[in-house]
Amino acid sequence: MVKALMVVLLVVIMAPLLGGLLTGIDRVLTARMQGRVGPPVLQPFYDVLKLLGKEALAANRRQVAWALGYLVLIIASLALFCLGGDLLIIVFTMAFAAGSFVLGGFSVRSPYSHIGSQRELLQMLAYEPVLILLALGVYLQTGSFMVKDLFHQSQPLLASMPLVFIALLIVLTIKIRKSPFDLATSHHGHQELVKGITTEYSGPYLALIEVTHWYELVLLLGLAAMFWTHPLGAGILLALAAFFIEMVIDNICARLTWNWMIKFTWTGGIILCLINLGVIWVLRAGGV
Amino acid sequence: MELINKSRVKSPWLLHYDGSSCNGCDIEVLACLTPIYDVERFGIINTGNPKHADILLITGGVNKKAARVVKNLYEQMPEPKVVVAVGVCACSGGVFHDCYNILGGIDRVIPVDVYVPGCAARPEAIIDGVVRALQVLAAKTDKEAVV
Repeated sequence: MVKALMVVLLVVIMAPLLGGLLTGIDRVLTARMQGRVGPPVLQPFYDVLKLLGKEALAANRRQVAWALGYLVLIIASLALFCLGGDLLIIVFTMAFAAGSFVLGGFSVRSPYSHIGSQRELLQMLAYEPVLILLALGVYLQTGSFMVKDLFHQSQPLLASMPLVFIALLIVLTIKIRKSPFDLATSHHGHQELVKGITTEYSGPYLALIEVTHWYELVLLLGLAAMFWTHPLGAGILLALAAFFIEMVIDNICARLTWNWMIKFTWTGGIILCLINLGVIWVLRAGGV
Repeated sequence: MELINKSRVKSPWLLHYDGSSCNGCDIEVLACLTPIYDVERFGIINTGNPKHADILLITGGVNKKAARVVKNLYEQMPEPKVVVAVGVCACSGGVFHDCYNILGGIDRVIPVDVYVPGCAARPEAIIDGVVRALQVLAAKTDKEAVV
């Protein structure tokens, strides 16, 4: 119990520091890919500190409540993940968190925020099936939904689930809001629907959303690291490689429409997952 | 508090509005974002959203239609904020000061902190103006701290 509390405390303190640093590295590397010098690595921290110091203007109280819900639920799913919890519960908690974010966007009257929220719902529609198939794949391969049981595997998940990993990369593009799928809202220099779902958040409340994105980034990269648990260092390298691939995709792609996103994830993502799951099932039935 | 004040200077987010400019200054503002000038070095981001912005950059003089919009944008920005008038038209109305529809410079409608002259204002001058605006921002927050 005490150990679990320590882990949760560590997650709450360390994850945003790590997430902010990764975001800063992302901004510098993105700038270099575009032939620019780019901001300092600590820029995301300056941004959030500045936002915390700004006047607290909220459109209404519900907006703030939903933003807090988003933060708390993302922290909960990250804590569950770090405690080696049930993968299905983690996926569902993430869905609730995203739902809270959507309701925050709907609780104001700005049309930009509304369209952003509708697109966020479409994004959930696109990536949720892939995430659930990922959890199912983990169960088929290891016989357990628990993240901690992955550490008892002799062989990395990547060897048996390479196609699911590729599908996860598609989900990552949507979830960490990178082109071509940054439809609901977009990062730093980019603009979409003014600022989409976050248009009506300002000052400290925008800082809250920003910090939640950091937690979410760490959680998503954790899902990528899960594919190589022995040694864990390899998994972390795998996650960082996935993050770098996302940056490259972000810089070479234009933003696509939501129709494309649904078509791409429901054909590409789901079919990749199903083929991989089928192969695992056949191999298991064959007793290999 | 010290840390927040330091961050304010390091992370100014811009909102760019075209009052009734000929687009000459607007092009120069956008030139600041390109790899040659790269204002993101200073943490500057072009937001396009008054609710996220710290610095309001206005080009062109104010006409009767735009006055309401300029006021509205200014009021939507959360404190602390500064206003930079870019180009001679934004400073005083410029060659259009006598036009039937022009009210004059931006300071006829909202308080302006920094004036950047030029027709069109060069990107270097605009970046310099924004850096001056950051000093004004820092001074404003210091004064608040004293009060």
